[in-house]
Order: sequence, then C-alpha cells, then structure tokens
Amino acid sequence: MIIDAPYRIFSLGDSAITLDFGNFIDEKINQNIIRLFYSLQRAPLPGMIEVVPAYSSLTIYYDPWQVKKFIHQNETSYKWISEQLEKRIQTPLEEENNIARLLKIPVCYDKEFGFDLELIANEKHISVEDVIQIHLSKNYRVYMLGFLPGFSYMGLVDERIEMPRKLQPRLRVEPGSVGITGRQTGIYPLPSPGGWQIVGRTPLKLFETNSNDEAACLLKPGDNVIFYSITIDEFKSY
Amino acid sequence: MSLKVIKAGILDTIQDMGRYKYQYLGINPGGVMDRFAASIVNILVGNSMNEAVLEMHFPAAAFLIEQPTIIAIGGADFFSTINGEPVPLWHPILINKNSVLQFEQLRSGARCYLAVKNGLQADKWLGSYSTHLKANTGGYKGRALRKDDAINFKRQSNYSRFFSEKDSIVLPWQADIKWTGDQNDKIFIIAGNEWKMLDNASQYHFLNQPFTVSPVSDKMGYRMRGANLTTNNGFELISSAVSFGTIQLLPDGQLIILMADHQTAGGYPRIAHVITAHLPVLAQSRAGAKINFSMTDIETAEKLLMLQQQHLLQLQNACTFRLEEFLNQ
Repeated sequence: MIIDAPYRIFSLGDSAITLDFGNFIDEKINQNIIRLFYSLQRAPLPGMIEVVPAYSSLTIYYDPWQVKKFIHQNETSYKWISEQLEKRIQTPLEEENNIARLLKIPVCYDKEFGFDLELIANEKHISVEDVIQIHLSKNYRVYMLGFLPGFSYMGLVDERIEMPRKLQPRLRVEPGSVGITGRQTGIYPLPSPGGWQIVGRTPLKLFETNSNDEAACLLKPGDNVIFYSITIDEFKSY
Repeated sequence: MSLKVIKAGILDTIQDMGRYKYQYLGINPGGVMDRFAASIVNILVGNSMNEAVLEMHFPAAAFLIEQPTIIAIGGADFFSTINGEPVPLWHPILINKNSVLQFEQLRSGARCYLAVKNGLQADKWLGSYSTHLKANTGGYKGRALRKDDAINFKRQSNYSRFFSEKDSIVLPWQADIKWTGDQNDKIFIIAGNEWKMLDNASQYHFLNQPFTVSPVSDKMGYRMRGANLTTNNGFELISSAVSFGTIQLLPDGQLIILMADHQTAGGYPRIAHVITAHLPVLAQSRAGAKINFSMTDIETAEKLLMLQQQHLLQLQNACTFRLEEFLNQ
C-alpha cells in the first residue's frame, strides 16, 4: 500500500480477524481496502478461508486448525494471522486502475417502479425530474456487497436526495429495484423485504444462480457504476 | 431412486459445512447449524466430515429407503425408527431396501442429522451442496424437501450378504460424543469490538443473568430474551463483517446471536462472539432454552477448538477401522 491512515486490528470471534479504519465512508480508504482485498485473494495467507471487504474494514476468515500447522505450539492462530496481516498492510500494492471496471446500468424511473420518487421530491422541495437527474448525475462506487447475494452498497448519493430508511420496510421489494438510503444507493438482486426508498428499476439481472462462479453477481467490490435512464417501453422490451 | 420422502417435515434440507469464498459478493456461507454432529454422522458411515447430510427439524420427514445402504443419525434425538423399531443415535446402521425411516418424537435438541454412506446426490453451487433457500439453489432444487421428492445416493452398494430376516442391523459401536472441554453448562464467549460500548451494569447483566432463546429464532439468528442492555454512547455503525456466533445488540436493547444462515455484514454493535467450539451446543438449543454466557479469551477458544477437532480425528480413525473391518468380514 502503504496505508497511511490509522487503523486497528481486532478479532471477530476465534476464526476471523478484522482490519478497521473507523466508522466512516471514505473513498480513499475503501480503495486501499479493495486493493488489499484483491491482493489477499491472489495470494492468500496460510490457513485463510476467505477475505471480505466492507466500507472501511476488511475481514479475513481463517481456520485456526490449519493455521496451527505453521506456528509454535504456544502461539495463538489469531496472533500469527494478525502479524501476517500487518506485514501485508506494509507491502506496496498495485494501483486500483488495473481492477476497477465501469458498468453502465439502465434504470427505468417510471412511476410504475419508482414508488418513492414523489415522496423524495416532496421531502426535498424539488421536482420528481430533479430527483431523477440528481440520481443520474453521479458516478457511483461499489463500496461493498452484503445483505443479500449480489446486493451492492454504492455511493455517495448527492446530499440533495439523501433520505433516511423507511420506518416501515416494504414486505416485498422486487428484484432490480434501485433504492436510496442515507447517501447510499443500491439495487435489490432478489425479492426481499426492504427499507430503502425505491426510485426505479433495472431490467438487468444482478444475481444469476445458473452461474457457478463469481459471475453469479453482476457487481463486484470496487466497480464503478453509471446509471442511465430508459423508458418503460424500453424496460419491457429489454 | 434411493431415498424417497413419503411424508414432508417442517424444514429438512441438504447441507454441508457451508459455501465459502463468496461472502465478498454478499453470498452467505450457510451450511449445517451443528458442525460437530454433522461431522460425526459422516464419520460413522465412512464419509469425509464435510459430506452433504440431511439437516432435519421436528416434525421431520418420513423416508422410504429404496436401496440398502449404511446410515447414521445424530444431533437432536427425534426418536428414530426403522419399520417401527427404535434405532439408536450415533451408530452406523445397515438399512435394507424398502425400509421406512421415521422420526416420531422430539426428545432433545433442535436439529437431527442423517448421513448416508458415500453421500447424497445433490446440486452443487459455488463449491457447496448446502441449500440456499433465499437464492433458491444448491442442495435439493434449492429448497426444503417435500412429499414425493427422491434423492439418489452417490453410489450404490451391495450389502445383501449382511441381511437375513432383519430389516436393519445396528452396528455395535457408538461414537463417543463427549470431548474434553465439553463439561460445562455455560456458553463461552470472547469480547467483541463493541463490548466496551455496553455500560458497566449491562456488562454485568450480560455475564451474570441467563438469556432465553425466543420463539422468533431460526437458522439466521437466535433472538434472546433477557435483561435490557444499554450503551454508554449508542451510535449506528456502518456495515462491516459479522460471523457465525456474533452476538449483536439491537436498538431495543435485546440481543441476537447470528447463526449459520446469517447475512455477511451488519451494522449493529458486536458485543461478543460465541466461541466456535460451543456453537454446536447453541445449535441444539430450542426456543425457551436458558443460556448463560461466560467470558473467556482467544487462547482458550482456540484450545477448545483444537481439542474438539482432535476428538473428531480420533473418532474418524477408530470408526473407519471398525467399519472396514466389518465390511471385509
């Protein structure tokens, strides 16, 4: 890297370890995390099961039984893994440009799908068209995936359309629904209960179980996303 | 066909040890709730410990076994019978063709495991046979078993020479499920990163009062009922990773323990984590069970996990030897 921000390392139970940069969303920090994530995927630590990036943290799941094979009997697997992780943090990493992809995602903002557009417009004293244009105006970063298979946490949404989570979550949000909560935007990959404010729907499949590898999910951590508007007719014939 | 569902259960799915390497895409590992029991039933029939098994809840399905095979049942005690005759837990059982396997009574525990020699033919998705109910994939058609479903065994074996008149033969050795470090009635935990967010009184309550598994508990998580816990400076966290066994503090002051089907990330304070070696006990706790937490450290957590793993390996050596000896006689 070398990571120039303060961080902490702590155990997440007895089989996982977290590297944490603090309780905030920062693009630079997340870039570092995604770089370290891909580096650990390419060259895993001994005994590592998998590595998972989040907004400002990265977690390594490991098998303490396997790690024990590499260490002194009196040492803990946790201590050894944390030392290995420290070493990797100090190792220079390649630029993220080699990894990041730019995806263009069609979204239909018709009122048939954008259930909460009017609510946001009223709340923010702007027009529905303004809400749509503001949502379209930015290039979003996929900070992390979670909640559901293929659910992307993207940001940062313009403050002018920042919205709190719904107090009463919908019991069913359709797959492809594009939502906003706080300064995050995301797309529901599967039918699910959900509390995000829904602004539109994409005809793309975010999650595909026919695929038996990482292509099961359209979006990956570190991707960049641009939304473009399509009409309801274009949506239906997509 | 080899194993046919003649009566559906409430939630019977094919599971293995879970689907790893895809949490970065939001795909949760899932898998069996009680890895210790699932490992042992596999060991008893001569499978590798992570072979796919049936994980059953009560009331469980009834099965028609259409081809002779060796099975083992363990975990919760559902009072299993073969053609009406009771059969014990934790034994390998030679079961003849056209036998009916049933689970008649909930006696103890929450999840019962059935292993079949050489394993079950199931759908593998992203490296795992575990049924992912939300994504509707893996295991048997991505869903819980229903009446008339039929699952093939991976391999057919000819055991006819062992059968005379009896329908099934319970082989005489039983797996020892007691392992060193098992003799306590407390669930060991280690502190989570947000442990210090709890005020002193709440830390005390957490460690000194029992918590009850509430009825709103499932494979994703156990909601616990107990003292209302409060924080010094409550604040919302941005999403980050959680784990099987993570104990989160919900905004209403109650606790949830994340179980096998937990989501990959969460934003609630992680006040503690159940040690891996004690997850099987928790996995067999039903609604109403009282849980006492006891704080330990990572050294102890690792030591207990090593002891448990060593116990399984010793069991595997002994059982493999006994089974081969029996089959070659």
